[in-house]
Amino acid sequence: MAYFFFHTIIGQILLIALESLAVLAPLLLGVAYLTLAERKVMAAMQLRKGPNVNGPFGVLQAFADAIKMLTKETVIPSGANRMLFLFAPFLTFSLAMVAWAVIPTGNGLAIANINVGVLYLLAISSLGVYGMLIAGWASNSKYAFLGGLRSAAQMVSYEVSIGLVIVSVLLAVGSLNLNDIVLAQRHVWFCLPMFPMFIVFFISALAETNRAPFDLPEGESELVAGFFVEYSALAFGLFFLGEYANMFLMSGMVSILFLGGWLPPLGIAPLTWIPGPLWLIAKILFCLFVFIWVRATFPRFRYDQLMRLGWKVFLPFSLAWMVLSAGFLMVTGLLPGGAG
Amino acid sequence: MMTQIVFYVFAAVLVLSATMVVCARNPVHSVLFLILAFFNAAGLFLIAGAEFLAMTLVIVYVGAVAVLFLFVVMMLDIRFAQMREGVQRYAPIGAAVGGVLLVELLMAFMHWRVAGNIGQIRHLVPSSPARTNTAALGDVIYTHYIFLFQTCALVLLVAMIGAIVLTLRDRPTGRRQNIDRQHDRVPQDSLEMLQVPLGAGVAAQGGFLRPRDSYDVAAVPGTYGTEAWRQSEAEEEIQTALVVVAPADGAKGQDNG
Repeated sequence: MAYFFFHTIIGQILLIALESLAVLAPLLLGVAYLTLAERKVMAAMQLRKGPNVNGPFGVLQAFADAIKMLTKETVIPSGANRMLFLFAPFLTFSLAMVAWAVIPTGNGLAIANINVGVLYLLAISSLGVYGMLIAGWASNSKYAFLGGLRSAAQMVSYEVSIGLVIVSVLLAVGSLNLNDIVLAQRHVWFCLPMFPMFIVFFISALAETNRAPFDLPEGESELVAGFFVEYSALAFGLFFLGEYANMFLMSGMVSILFLGGWLPPLGIAPLTWIPGPLWLIAKILFCLFVFIWVRATFPRFRYDQLMRLGWKVFLPFSLAWMVLSAGFLMVTGLLPGGAG
Repeated sequence: MMTQIVFYVFAAVLVLSATMVVCARNPVHSVLFLILAFFNAAGLFLIAGAEFLAMTLVIVYVGAVAVLFLFVVMMLDIRFAQMREGVQRYAPIGAAVGGVLLVELLMAFMHWRVAGNIGQIRHLVPSSPARTNTAALGDVIYTHYIFLFQTCALVLLVAMIGAIVLTLRDRPTGRRQNIDRQHDRVPQDSLEMLQVPLGAGVAAQGGFLRPRDSYDVAAVPGTYGTEAWRQSEAEEEIQTALVVVAPADGAKGQDNG
């Protein structure tokens, strides 16, 4: 049996498929319940009850929403570019899924433990903009188009500061492998020595996932629903799932880069008994809670404020931090890799 | 065996999509085919074991350059009829340029010779599996060729500043947000409580006014408010800007309540 899985091509493909299933099935279930959690948490923050009709505490609401979405009619606007219109949601959804291939849930526990894991994540997250841009253009609608353009400009802007933050983390790690990045945080999580970068990364993650207060691409009050205004039924559902899966992904990136991934906060007995994947899940859930918290707290940014924050505040700040931390590591001799 | 198959798949899709970039009628489709071509090139890099280059290609070209391409092409107002008109006019010139390029390429290929010491290049490639090609590239670029690298960076910086200088215009009608000024404002500077008799309206105060700060730049003085108000404005420099109208009776009622 072991021989079949590790030494034949079909066995290896099957093994990877099973591994992917083991990651994606909980992820999709988590996405379904994140929508419910968002409504519940926001309701609690606004002194409402939230969904409470379907099942105890409304736990079946997620499935009710899913079934409703699947049974609706798919409307394709006349004048839309049919193929690209249908391609965009699939692209968004599948990109949100494939990024999970490199996320380590334990020491070496990733579907693909590759050397350039961080770059892979950066590449996949930079592709996310295409789903929105293509959707906005293919819909043949001005609101959708404006939403697509906004999201393109926004995501490209905030990727710059995300990249610089990642570089300053990598300086302290000396490797692009996500596994090594987590292991480098054995003694202290990076969110403590690099606290400002942690905040910059988290805010950029909000902008990258088009979440409030940076949800201008889908700003209801201006653009109706932004780039997916023309979508319905399954195509809309795919966008929705993709967006929430992206939130999971960015939370995973925050957890791995700054919150020590699968590592417990202290390497002492009762904390080390809890298995690594559970720690990672707990950290991801914490980040997601903050995502929702921010949404319930802050009003939406104006577009020029958004651009100002990205280019005039985050970019110089993260650049300066990167240069300073490189200098600091060099002077103290802490620079990993031993190139000196 | 598997690698060869994958290589030919990537290479075939790459060549096909590169052809479609030129042949596609819709420019947006052209850009999308260009992105597909970038992707397959990244796949070829991966097969060659250059995972760093592959990821950088995707991040830089697909994630940033092509997004801006697509951005601009989508905003262009393209009429297909006009484009077809142009084809006949520019076809001879295009054919001439293409012909020259083809002849030059043929000449170059006819005299192409592989250098005798090509085999030595292999020894420059780090063969140890512990040394990733990211580290190897970093070594080469940042240690051995640091001055060339810095020169490239300077050229890019100059290009960037040039682009900004060319496009940055300070329009007289443009409105800028001055956050400091907004924070410095206090209600006493910009609000005035008026007691207006019931039914008299606010015409005597010049109607509803906007904050003075906001029209200092954009609006032309003398075009807002009523005639009477403008005269009183000219006589005495009124610093207060926003007029808040509080009906006299209402204010009295509040006092009593």
